[in-house]
Amino acid sequence: MELVSFPLSTMIFLPGLAGLVLLLLPSRWIALHRWVSFLVSLATLALALTVLSRFDPNVGDFQLTESAPWLPSLGISYRVEVDGLSLLLVLLTALLQPVVFLSSWGSIQDKVKGYLVSMLVLETGVLGAFLATDLFLFYVFWELMLIPMYFIIGVWGGERRVYAAVKFVLFTLAGSLLMLVAILYMAFQYKAQTGTYSFAYADWLAVQLPMAEGFWGSPQMLAFAAFALAFAIKVPVWPLHTWLPDAHTEAPTGGSIILAGILLKLGTYGLLRFNRALFPEAWERSRSFFMILAVVAIIYGALVSWAQKDMKRLVAFSSVSHMGFIILGMFAGGVVATQGALLQMVNHGLSTGALFLLVGVLYDRRHTRMIEDYGGLAAVMPLYTGTFLLATLASVGLPGLNGFVGEFLILLGTYQSQPVAAAIGATGVILGAVYMLSLVQRVFWNPLSHEENLNLPDISWRELTSFAPLAVLMVWIGVYPTTFLSLSEKAVQKLLGG
Amino acid sequence: MIPVSWYLVVSVLLLACGLVGLAVRRNFITVLMSVELILNAANLNFVAFARQLGDVAGQVFPVFVITIAAAEAAIGLGIIVQLTRLKSTVALDAVQEMRG
Amino acid sequence: MDAVLGLVLLFPLLGALTNGLLGHRRGWSKKTTAAVALLGSGLAMVAAWVAIGHWLIHFGRHHAWYVKLFSWIPTLWGQTTSGQLAPFTVDFALRLDGLSAVMVFFVTLVGFLIHVYSVGYMDGEGARGYARYFAYLNLFMFAMLTLVLGANLVVMFVGWEGVGLCSYLLIGYYFTEGWCASAGKKAFIVNRVGDFGFLLGIFLAYKVFGTVDFAEIGRLVEGNPSGYEGYLNAVGLLLFVGAVGKSAQLPLYVWLPDAMAGPTPVSALIHAATMVTAGVYMVARANVVYRYAPEAMVVVAVVGGLTAVFAASIGLAQNDLKKVLAYSTVSQLGYMFLAAGAGAFGAAMFHVFTHAFFKACLFLGAGSVIHALGGEQDVRRMGGLRGKLPTTYWTFVVATLALAGIPVFSGFFSKDEILGRVFAAGVGDLHGYGRVYLGLWVLGVVGAFLTAFYMFRAVHMVFSGQYRGEAERLHHVHEAPATMAWPLRILGVGSVVVGFVGMGKAVTFGADVNWFEHFLHDTAPVVATAHLSLGLEWVLILLSVGVAGLGIFLATRFYTGPHAFQTPQHLTQRFPRLYALLANKYYVDEVYEKTIVKPLERTSYFSWKGLDTVAIDGTLNALAFFTEIAGDFLRFLQTGNVRNYVLWILAGAAAFVVLLAV
Repeated sequence: MELVSFPLSTMIFLPGLAGLVLLLLPSRWIALHRWVSFLVSLATLALALTVLSRFDPNVGDFQLTESAPWLPSLGISYRVEVDGLSLLLVLLTALLQPVVFLSSWGSIQDKVKGYLVSMLVLETGVLGAFLATDLFLFYVFWELMLIPMYFIIGVWGGERRVYAAVKFVLFTLAGSLLMLVAILYMAFQYKAQTGTYSFAYADWLAVQLPMAEGFWGSPQMLAFAAFALAFAIKVPVWPLHTWLPDAHTEAPTGGSIILAGILLKLGTYGLLRFNRALFPEAWERSRSFFMILAVVAIIYGALVSWAQKDMKRLVAFSSVSHMGFIILGMFAGGVVATQGALLQMVNHGLSTGALFLLVGVLYDRRHTRMIEDYGGLAAVMPLYTGTFLLATLASVGLPGLNGFVGEFLILLGTYQSQPVAAAIGATGVILGAVYMLSLVQRVFWNPLSHEENLNLPDISWRELTSFAPLAVLMVWIGVYPTTFLSLSEKAVQKLLGG
Repeated sequence: MIPVSWYLVVSVLLLACGLVGLAVRRNFITVLMSVELILNAANLNFVAFARQLGDVAGQVFPVFVITIAAAEAAIGLGIIVQLTRLKSTVALDAVQEMRG
Repeated sequence: MDAVLGLVLLFPLLGALTNGLLGHRRGWSKKTTAAVALLGSGLAMVAAWVAIGHWLIHFGRHHAWYVKLFSWIPTLWGQTTSGQLAPFTVDFALRLDGLSAVMVFFVTLVGFLIHVYSVGYMDGEGARGYARYFAYLNLFMFAMLTLVLGANLVVMFVGWEGVGLCSYLLIGYYFTEGWCASAGKKAFIVNRVGDFGFLLGIFLAYKVFGTVDFAEIGRLVEGNPSGYEGYLNAVGLLLFVGAVGKSAQLPLYVWLPDAMAGPTPVSALIHAATMVTAGVYMVARANVVYRYAPEAMVVVAVVGGLTAVFAASIGLAQNDLKKVLAYSTVSQLGYMFLAAGAGAFGAAMFHVFTHAFFKACLFLGAGSVIHALGGEQDVRRMGGLRGKLPTTYWTFVVATLALAGIPVFSGFFSKDEILGRVFAAGVGDLHGYGRVYLGLWVLGVVGAFLTAFYMFRAVHMVFSGQYRGEAERLHHVHEAPATMAWPLRILGVGSVVVGFVGMGKAVTFGADVNWFEHFLHDTAPVVATAHLSLGLEWVLILLSVGVAGLGIFLATRFYTGPHAFQTPQHLTQRFPRLYALLANKYYVDEVYEKTIVKPLERTSYFSWKGLDTVAIDGTLNALAFFTEIAGDFLRFLQTGNVRNYVLWILAGAAAFVVLLAV
């Protein structure tokens, strides 16, 4: 007898429903709201682990399917299931959410209830989007994420929060509406080819869209482009990235963690899950295009990071660079690079999430993100320095930590087919060290030049607790990546047709 | 059996009343009632055609419409209550907050 | 028994973790820290020696002891040039054979001695700093041993980057000094440039061989050398880029002199004896690739030879005692690559081995002097310390003689071996590049002269003549405490005796007692070149000893006696430009700053302000602006009056009806 009969659905809807319940309770019960949302996120994590325990890594297909008809006449159904691809990202989401709630204890003091409810609803949206295998359902969850994120940035953000929030929404909508058109187009195509409507991912795999010689006008290419645009904005692929630094910088700490750690991954996940599988010829043809963009993003993101004066903005631009690696690996193809890209999605979530978390710790104390306001902090905050250094090293890909395994596999795999792209991409490894170590030097080393920093308290137990799971996983993935690579191995092989 | 055109005539009359009321009256409550008239005109059409075509779906729809109309009336009256509290009037011309 | 090899890595790692995680706590005294750190490195040494003994007894030096600790990266399917699928997998595996045994032997020994030395040297630090220092030092031992024992390129790369990290942390140990922190950062970044090449080398190696395991690559190449022709040069050169970074060769040597910002024991351990020789070790490890890659070998030799002379010439004009030693390290590393490039991998490793002892001794001696003078590093403000610091003086002189290559001292045997092999490669026209090797041999001899000169200049300026610094400091001068003196003595003795294990045939008049070479015969062989006659070898030996003697003689003339410093001053006035060039290290740092760092900074700023803000966001904002204007035109429709809207709806409906009717 299993404890939970529908683990996926329970996991998806638990946070959202809990959020709705919290909404009905008075706002002044702040402590209750904090604890309930934290515990709910832990329960969600427990459910995610339940899913993990029931997951069979030796099967490449979807598992633990839970489905029910929704609008049968239109071929729309409620269908959630998990495979190796989504499992890793679901686990990452479930892990980061409690971290976010822990961090909110220090960073969110105003309108606490609204923030927590937004976060909970957001988690439902994210988990749903990762697990939905009905495209209509996927789109619903995809848009569901947008609303709470808009509020999180726009209400609890920094000085230019409204600008950032609007920019974020406009960018995302621009892409996702085109995707909606493509989704409808696919449904009609399916009807044209089989006689009935269907929005099911599995059904669509069988749809053969015509592919013409020219770039434009061939249906497959257009549908591919519509999907790709939505996902590329989310990733973001250069040059569609300019919403990212604003949104990341202005969002509150928790918002940045979720944004960088998870929402960006929906873009790469979508590309791999939908673009790659549904439009194989178009994917093949656009490979070099995306690899060029990826390489540009790697170098460009790193260079721009280097010039930043704002810590959060620096970390945000570093995401552009890191996501470039993931795009490179995905489009390079091959099991090695794809597995590397998938692992790197998790890695980036961990290390960039950790960096945002730690920058937030500092921001809570001094209320400035400017690098020049710091310097020599290692003398007053030794433990904090240690944690930040660990996250930095993970981010620059030091062997023994997670970032290395991902980047190494991506570059190794890319090198086999595209040595030049891999070589140029590998310079990002040098540049990564340049901007991250410059940041570390200007914040932690050098003389302690600002008097305000003399009595900064070191990292607290609560903050350390929120960082600890990330640190453990950084080392774990760095030392024994097999645990994670084996989860996705079969799914990736199936995806690549192996 | 009364031919369906008679129902349509009644329906058109109802619609016309509603539209005119919507366009010329300033009293919010009257406007709300006009909206109800329009909805009922549509309901009448649904039922008449349902009967003629023998399709039950047409009879189900008015039930939906009536439900929604009730909800709408509740919200509309709520707005009216707030309006009288704020501006001590139910005249529509008094509120142009949404002017661009 | 396999676990013993794992213990070699585990002990220092545990030491580092213990001190690193607990060291900040209030109850953690310096004594505890020292005890933990010494246990970490000492037990590693014991375990290493036990392991070597076990290996010699049970496997013998002709066989490798391969220990797979765990599977690191599981099997993934990939693609090679030939098109078929070759699985990619990396085991975290260790390999003890002749080559790694030599390295492990002296790395653990010198490492332990320097830990002992540090206990005294770092005594002035606070408890927290002390713990931090020893945690880093233990971590370095772990990384270095991983590098040495790694059985494949990727595991080696783990250690490779790990030692780079520790180097970064230890150079920047005095982090409140901006320049120390900058030096650490510089070291890491320049090393990363090298690692970039190393990484590409690994990628290419996998593409070509379908494996990254040293033994398998060796088997494949030996089995079918011509099958990999063309690729071997590329693999060799890419890997060598990594070695150039790590071992501070031209043009990436610039980080090493700056690295002297770290505490002196660190300079001795990391930046002289062990880490910087990793590049040489790697080339020797991958010698099977180089042996069949003639062009790569010549490049290695040329870079090494040029660096040897280049760095030595800079050493002539340095006044910071540690900088002199740093440039001498760069120069000696050049000799090692020269040997490797001439196919004498064993000779290169022999010099790595002897160099570890005498250079560590020199650095620790310098540390003792600096410690005694309360932080003074400028040789111009030293002098006459011979009587005050007898132990330091004698050990320093012995190590200097070894470095200069004076007979019976260890450096003589190794350096002579190198010069002899390079000459033989020239005479034997190795790979058809005989003239290049002959030219490099000349450079080597010149370098030997320069080395002897600048080292004795330093010895005389520090120990001979009159004290020239502040009188205040002289009062506090004291000989090193026991924890510092004993490592000095041991390394001093080592500088004399370790050379005897690898005496060349000429020195012993034909008797074959070159144990070192035999020991490495399987793992770092010597490429056969011309056979030199005994007489010719002796001529070469006398020549190199002669130039070294000349260097010593000149240095003694210039820097001692009643007319000390007159000739050098005279020379600097006579050739001011040349002197400025040397004293400013050929302005290489400035050139890099101007041609690489600044342009990159400008590009970075332009990408942000120009591309991101103006080009991309500007376009979008323009789009938004036009949307807004369009909205302005439409806003008059939005009157806010509900009845207006109704009229519009009616109009719309009417229009619709009309359309239907038509």
